[in-house]
Amino acid sequence: MAHAYTPGLRVSEHAVLRRERRLPLKGQVLVQSGEHVAAETVVARTELPGNVQTVNIAAKLAIDPAKVPGSLVRPIGSAVEAGELIASGRTLFGLIQQKATAPTRGTLESVSGITGQLILREPPIPVEVNAFVEGRVLEVLPDEGVVIETEGTFIQGIFGVGGETQGVIAVVNESPGDELRVEHLSEAHRGKIVVGGSRVSHATLMRAKSLGVAAVVVAGFDDQDLRELLGKDLGVAITGSEDLGITLILTEGFGPIPMADRTWRLLKTREGDPASVSGATQIRAGVMRPEIIVPSRGRERAREAPTVHAGLEVGSLLRVIRQPHFGRIGTVVELPPELNELESGSKARVMVVEFVDDRSRAVVPRANVELIEA
Amino acid sequence: MEIRPEAIRSILATDCGSTTTKAILIEKRGDHFRLVVRGEAPTTVEAPFEDVTRGVLNAVREVEELAGRRILEGDRIISPQQGDQGVDLYVTTSSAGGGLQMMVSGLVLQMTGESAQRAALGAGAIVMDVIALNDGRRPHEKIRRLRQLRPDMILLSGGTDGGDTKRVVEMAEILAAADPKARLGAGYELPVIYAGNKDAAAMVRNTLGDRTALSVVPNLRPALERENLGPARDAIHELFMEHVMAHAPGYKKLMAMSPVPIMPTPGAVGIIIEKVARRDRLSVVGVDIGGATTDVFSVFQDVFNRTVSANLGMSYSVSNVMAEAGIENILRWVPFDVDELELRNRIKNKMIRPTTIPQSLEDLVIEQAISREALRLAFDQHKMLATSLKGVQTERTISDIMAQSQSGATLVNLMDLGLLVGSGGVLSHAPRRVQAAAMMIDAFLPEGLTQLAVDSIFMAPQLGVLSTVHEQAAAEVFERDCLIRLGAVLAPLGHGKPGQPCLTVEIASDGPPVNRKVGFGELVLLPLPAEGEARITAAPERGFDLGLGKGKPLEARIPGGVVGLIVDTRGRRPFTLPSTAKERIAALRAWNRALDMYPREV
Repeated sequence: MAHAYTPGLRVSEHAVLRRERRLPLKGQVLVQSGEHVAAETVVARTELPGNVQTVNIAAKLAIDPAKVPGSLVRPIGSAVEAGELIASGRTLFGLIQQKATAPTRGTLESVSGITGQLILREPPIPVEVNAFVEGRVLEVLPDEGVVIETEGTFIQGIFGVGGETQGVIAVVNESPGDELRVEHLSEAHRGKIVVGGSRVSHATLMRAKSLGVAAVVVAGFDDQDLRELLGKDLGVAITGSEDLGITLILTEGFGPIPMADRTWRLLKTREGDPASVSGATQIRAGVMRPEIIVPSRGRERAREAPTVHAGLEVGSLLRVIRQPHFGRIGTVVELPPELNELESGSKARVMVVEFVDDRSRAVVPRANVELIEA
Repeated sequence: MEIRPEAIRSILATDCGSTTTKAILIEKRGDHFRLVVRGEAPTTVEAPFEDVTRGVLNAVREVEELAGRRILEGDRIISPQQGDQGVDLYVTTSSAGGGLQMMVSGLVLQMTGESAQRAALGAGAIVMDVIALNDGRRPHEKIRRLRQLRPDMILLSGGTDGGDTKRVVEMAEILAAADPKARLGAGYELPVIYAGNKDAAAMVRNTLGDRTALSVVPNLRPALERENLGPARDAIHELFMEHVMAHAPGYKKLMAMSPVPIMPTPGAVGIIIEKVARRDRLSVVGVDIGGATTDVFSVFQDVFNRTVSANLGMSYSVSNVMAEAGIENILRWVPFDVDELELRNRIKNKMIRPTTIPQSLEDLVIEQAISREALRLAFDQHKMLATSLKGVQTERTISDIMAQSQSGATLVNLMDLGLLVGSGGVLSHAPRRVQAAAMMIDAFLPEGLTQLAVDSIFMAPQLGVLSTVHEQAAAEVFERDCLIRLGAVLAPLGHGKPGQPCLTVEIASDGPPVNRKVGFGELVLLPLPAEGEARITAAPERGFDLGLGKGKPLEARIPGGVVGLIVDTRGRRPFTLPSTAKERIAALRAWNRALDMYPREV
């Protein structure tokens, strides 16, 4: 195939973003097209049908299932309270009256004359969807939700855990190669999105959580620490719904690794600004990466020209994403068209990379690099 | 359209996978069919394209370029062949958009529940969940699960014909209360197949007929001791085309391009595996290890089974292999010291950037260690589902009791296994073929004499669907262009002290004769002709068994192969590796040297 490299994650100073905010079921949209919304604004609301419980009326009344529909004392569709009488019948030549009561509050949904079961639906569960980002309602999806449009700084991480949250950005390390440590954190970081450098440990993350930090953004994290954080080895990379009390976003990957310069500089320039972040990650068809959105809030900024994915070419800036040069940044100096044999013995298309730090050169498979968008 | 096999000169076949669409061109050369070229392009089911045919046409264009032959006229496949343009037949399979995702239900989890699961898996589906009366969940939990999962289709079974109907209807009522929606588009009714007690069919129709697209087919378990999976499987294929595919982006166009129904990819692979087993009268295991999932197919005692391990794979699911196998099980295959923390981070980095490839030899060795565990786990899951029917009263003989055989025992008998076929990147693209052989041997632990092969470029799906309309073309291309015969493995049962005499092997073929004594605890590679046949005579020492009894010699004719005959006297039942790291590493290195596995010692 023509493109064997991994397109980089988006790191953009100014982007126009659209986010669909959709209800899990049809419901009511609470805002109008064109309206300005804050991140916390509830934009749509619905009620999920309650859980259902089955009540074995035939067994409770000791009657034939065929007689169950006739034994109901309230018609199907009625609302009932917990403990309320719902069916009665007589057994033992009509001598003993048996009663069946509702095990919970709900609505009588259906009854079967074959199995003798009654289905009782519990009250609906309200669900609300907020705007997630400050912006404008671009479009109302009738009965389903809205599309919010916002402008601002946009950074995609590579992996995250924890759900959506908002807070003001606080950069706590001096440089992108520094580790975020406990001593960098204080009460002042409550509710904030704390940005660190190369790594954070599980212990420091727990300290951040106890201080009420909303989210931590760093370059790297050890898998051993992730296991401690989740209480198990993460098998499949579908995250975002875990209840951790803090959101963690990694910009580069696993292990200690300096944060990419551009990401670091952008976050630094937006220090003190409110941002929306989500740790939700899905690495499957329809990839979803964690994200940091810092709305521009009317700041005058030149719009960036849309990024053109020119593909790999001599001079492209990139990061190597696999051993033995994992994490190093360099530029392409040669793109030989033919297949080359790697040390592993496999044949693959490669490139020659010159590393930025010491100007040394190495041959790297094209599949093992990630473009850094300028 | 009627297809006349004798009139066909050229065939185009595609497989629309979830990431890549692969196209092959087959032509008749003289009296035989051969693969000409293969092309591929990214699959285009998802936004921004949302039309599967774009990817198909792109892959076909690559085939046109490589073959120097025109096949398309605009967006149309020229058919039949006119001069040297176009093809006589076009067929395709698909697993794009996540394949066929089903939920199945039965009354008893281990009986009709398992039969329903086997029917769905055999038809090429991913089984998202099995719901049964005794699955330990309360009705409302079952209902919530049914709602959450949004399957493409539901297979409802339960009860033997003439048995109790009430409980079957109870399952239908649960389904009705859940009112589940189909995955693709809310605008159509969810297809439900009822294949349970025939006496309950009318009541099930009353319960579900007006809220689902219900099809009623003969019971898949008409009696406890009999399974009848064919009608349910056929119905799954039919509804896959009618409902699921018809709602997937671009599939209406794709269906119009081929005179042969589109088949789910794994269903097509199953067909070809079954045909090979029948033709060669062998028990066969096939495995396809992908990035996200691993499929295992088997035919033992003429019974076909397929399982899919949805979260065992080499890229997207690599981290789950570590989670399920445990890191120590991966490390046991690595012949050097690795820092656990570092290995964990490497595996996670592969998961988040799934398209990277091993560059260093050490990285390749680690990747192959992970694949051994992924294959082992997938095969364990397969063995649990590929069983004889549970719940059947059997008259047990003394020998059954001695062998502890019972109803519900696995059909997978490694001593009977005649051919093991591997496919998927880590096996098909291993830099040396012997590495693929070693991975399969370590993961599956075959016993006695077992032939080994890999599918060179994973053409099995296209050949499977082709075999339904043109058996000769599919068989010829499978044998000549698809299957790469590696050779065989000879592994006796029994245990001994390292170096103790275990086996004498003789090989007679067109090449120089081989006569070799092998001690216990070794891996030895003996030459076989790359093509043609060889006669093998193996005489085990007392206490070692090649399937005919302890100390009984084995004679067999087997096809040659590019690797050779691997004699594996490391023991079975159980197979164990040395317990200390030092001894284990020394043993792994000795075995690697014996098989000439890597270009240098690792």
